[in-house]
Amino acid sequence: MEMEILSTVNWARAQFALTAMYHWIFVPLTLGLSFLVAFFESIYLKSGNEEWKKITKFWMTLFGINFAIGVATGIILEFEFGTNWSNYSWMVGDIFGAPLAVEGIFAFFLEATFFAVMFFGWERVSKKFHLFSTWMVAVGSNLSAMWILIANGWMQFPTGMAFNPDKARFEMQNIWDVFLSPVAISKFVHATSSSFIVAALFVLGISALFLLQKRHQKMAKRSMAVAAVFGLVASLFVAINGDESAYSVAQRQPMKLAAMEGLYQGSTGASLVAFGVLNPAKDVGDNQSEFLVSAKLPGLLSLLATRDFNGFVPGINDLVAGNPAQNIIGANERVANGKIAVAALAGYKEAKGRGDAAGAAAALATFNTYQGDLGYGYLKNGEAAVPPVAATFYSFHIMVVLGSLFILLFVLVLYHLKKGDIENCTNLNQASFYALFFGYVASQAGWVVAEVGRQPWAIQNLLPVGVAATPIGSGNVQATFFIFLILFTTLLIAEIGIMVKQIKIGPEA
Amino acid sequence: MIGNLDLATLQNIWWLIGSVVGSLFLFLTFVQGGQTLLFTTPQGDLEKNLIINSIGRKWELTFTTLVLFGGALFAAFPLFYATSFGGAYWVWMLILFTFIVQAVSFEYRSKPNNFLGAKTYEVFLLINGSLGILLIGAAVGTFFTGSRFVLNGYNSVAWQAPFHGLEAALNLFNVSLGLFLVFLARVLGALYLLNNIDHAPLNERCRAAAWVNFLIALPFLLVVLVSLLVMDGFAVDPATGVVSMESGKYLHNLLAMPMVDLLLLAGLVGVIYGVVSAKFLKKDCGIWFAGLGTVLVGLAIFALAGYNNTAFYPSLSDLQSSLSIRNASSSHYTLVAMTYVALAVPFVLAYIFYVWKLMDAKKITPKELDGEYAKDMY
Repeated sequence: MEMEILSTVNWARAQFALTAMYHWIFVPLTLGLSFLVAFFESIYLKSGNEEWKKITKFWMTLFGINFAIGVATGIILEFEFGTNWSNYSWMVGDIFGAPLAVEGIFAFFLEATFFAVMFFGWERVSKKFHLFSTWMVAVGSNLSAMWILIANGWMQFPTGMAFNPDKARFEMQNIWDVFLSPVAISKFVHATSSSFIVAALFVLGISALFLLQKRHQKMAKRSMAVAAVFGLVASLFVAINGDESAYSVAQRQPMKLAAMEGLYQGSTGASLVAFGVLNPAKDVGDNQSEFLVSAKLPGLLSLLATRDFNGFVPGINDLVAGNPAQNIIGANERVANGKIAVAALAGYKEAKGRGDAAGAAAALATFNTYQGDLGYGYLKNGEAAVPPVAATFYSFHIMVVLGSLFILLFVLVLYHLKKGDIENCTNLNQASFYALFFGYVASQAGWVVAEVGRQPWAIQNLLPVGVAATPIGSGNVQATFFIFLILFTTLLIAEIGIMVKQIKIGPEA
Repeated sequence: MIGNLDLATLQNIWWLIGSVVGSLFLFLTFVQGGQTLLFTTPQGDLEKNLIINSIGRKWELTFTTLVLFGGALFAAFPLFYATSFGGAYWVWMLILFTFIVQAVSFEYRSKPNNFLGAKTYEVFLLINGSLGILLIGAAVGTFFTGSRFVLNGYNSVAWQAPFHGLEAALNLFNVSLGLFLVFLARVLGALYLLNNIDHAPLNERCRAAAWVNFLIALPFLLVVLVSLLVMDGFAVDPATGVVSMESGKYLHNLLAMPMVDLLLLAGLVGVIYGVVSAKFLKKDCGIWFAGLGTVLVGLAIFALAGYNNTAFYPSLSDLQSSLSIRNASSSHYTLVAMTYVALAVPFVLAYIFYVWKLMDAKKITPKELDGEYAKDMY
């Protein structure tokens, strides 16, 4: 029975990961390209130059192809909370449902309404209203990202709520705490600005291809100029926000940070890993070295995590076993506390059921003392609170390295555009073309860090994924997993085929 | 001010909001109706393209309304969300699969190098318009016919339905409701196309299609209405919350809520007038009467399911696990907060209406499909 539940949970996780990752192939481009198209069209309206209209329409066509499959892959995510994570939906629906509903009201309808104007309104509305519609699609797309990231931010850092033992659920106490949570804001800035980079790389890459093929050169250079500036500005936001994110993770999800850095033994003056190959044999609590090979920057991790070169950064061992000297309560102890909370909750329910008011009050008092560790009570032991280290570590480092290279690329492209010899820079244009694909890699890697790095939690410290899932039998989830895999892959092939064809056709003559 | 409302009032308001969104969705299924008409009504590629380009400018509104319906239920009645979606797993998954394939079909159908070929995307549209709507109808049908599940003390759900919701599609009432919605969508689709396209031969075919599909929908509507009048229902004792079977419960609901009778009657008259005006009076604006009528009928159906101390998501396995708007809702705080948010809905409706009017001011003509922007067309 236990194996069956575990299997159902893991298939549900796999399915959510699959559908979310597929969806995220298309979202970043929608978020960024919508703004780029709005920029192009704004320039067209201001200059009255038909060349810019051609540019606008070319990128708009690619935007539309991407947008459709983004919508298709997105609908499932909302409903999956219900279909595959029913206990989650009940336990936190009182809080989590709100941003989803708000997303529908404030964001989706903007996109849905103005998308039709953007594509079919050229002859039906004024030029100004058309431009307004294009902007509204961009605003709507990014607002929708904001609301879903608020929801995600709340899962990483639950706030503004209290547990109601009678209903066995968390209830919202302060909507502003949820909507304005610093984690949510940080996630929004990071996810959207990094998506702008993906879109900038997309435009840069295809434009570079045109230059390499010596086609549509004027249009390509104009597109590149706008995209490179957009990408560079977005990169600055990502860099500033990345620093803030690291500090925030250190404060609120120290286990995730430890996994991101492969840090087992905490220390003061902790080093940041610039490059490293993890030791696959390394386990929690043993004395083996963490890395087979590594290059580290001394003190930098402490600086990022604590804003002090000599600050203490806890490692996985400290977070599992505890470190009294640093006032860190380990997961082992929290698991024990959590089990007390789970038992007290059951005791409370039972006492209430038989009308024993005193017994219920006593159980509730115990529960209240330990409820902060409630989620740990469902874990087998402290080590179960450790996320997959390798996936988190490598994804994080791939993301950071690629992000840094993108900045360099944007600067070089802008330099050569200014110099006027970009069409002769074959190597740079080739790099720009390949960077298009690496933009997607970095973006996906970022989500792997965020989501794999917080396992086993559906809600940080409160609800592990194992308790959150719908107990419907792994066979059903397996079946839908493969249906999604086949369906989304088929649609992806179609999307890429159409996209490549449109790029070959190029902007209208 | 909203904060002073008591929990029961807020629950009533949110059932109404959910009903409005659900009913607007039913109206907007004219898109799905148009998708299935694609296989029966047009003659030649030109007419087919006219239809695709007409409903293709509205499909996202329907899609988004469905998503909002889910979001609103999640926020206001999370226990329903948690119970139904996981339990009726296959029904919801199949519904969602049909909407996934719909979402790409308009955009990809006529694009070169689309891998699957135009016909496949048209079949996707057909599946969404038929199976998708049928199953949504069957899922709504379970509001009256019940499902097999048990909630434990922690409100976590255990299902006793071996086919994970597909049982719903084996019930006469559920299937009748589903088929009624499929043919109602076709009626609405024909009326919308009639109003949105300027091409005489196709317009004539749309008039005929509205009438024929209305006639086909009638028997299914009759089964639903008669069943509602005679079937047992799931009554909730307002004082204790205890659920019991009550014979003629939905008839009692109709008698207890004259406003609902009025909605139902006005709605049906609206739909009938919409069809008659198109077929016999040769008017083009039938969609507005039939559309409004559909919304009113939808509101009546949801009111029957949820108001007047009725369990809207009944359990056949354990009556006391049944969900009502009282025990399935969010907390007072969340409902208040969300009610403030909902104040923005009229604003959203206003801009949708404005843009709709702007975009549909001129009818779509064959000329537009060949014009300067021919490359942009679906």
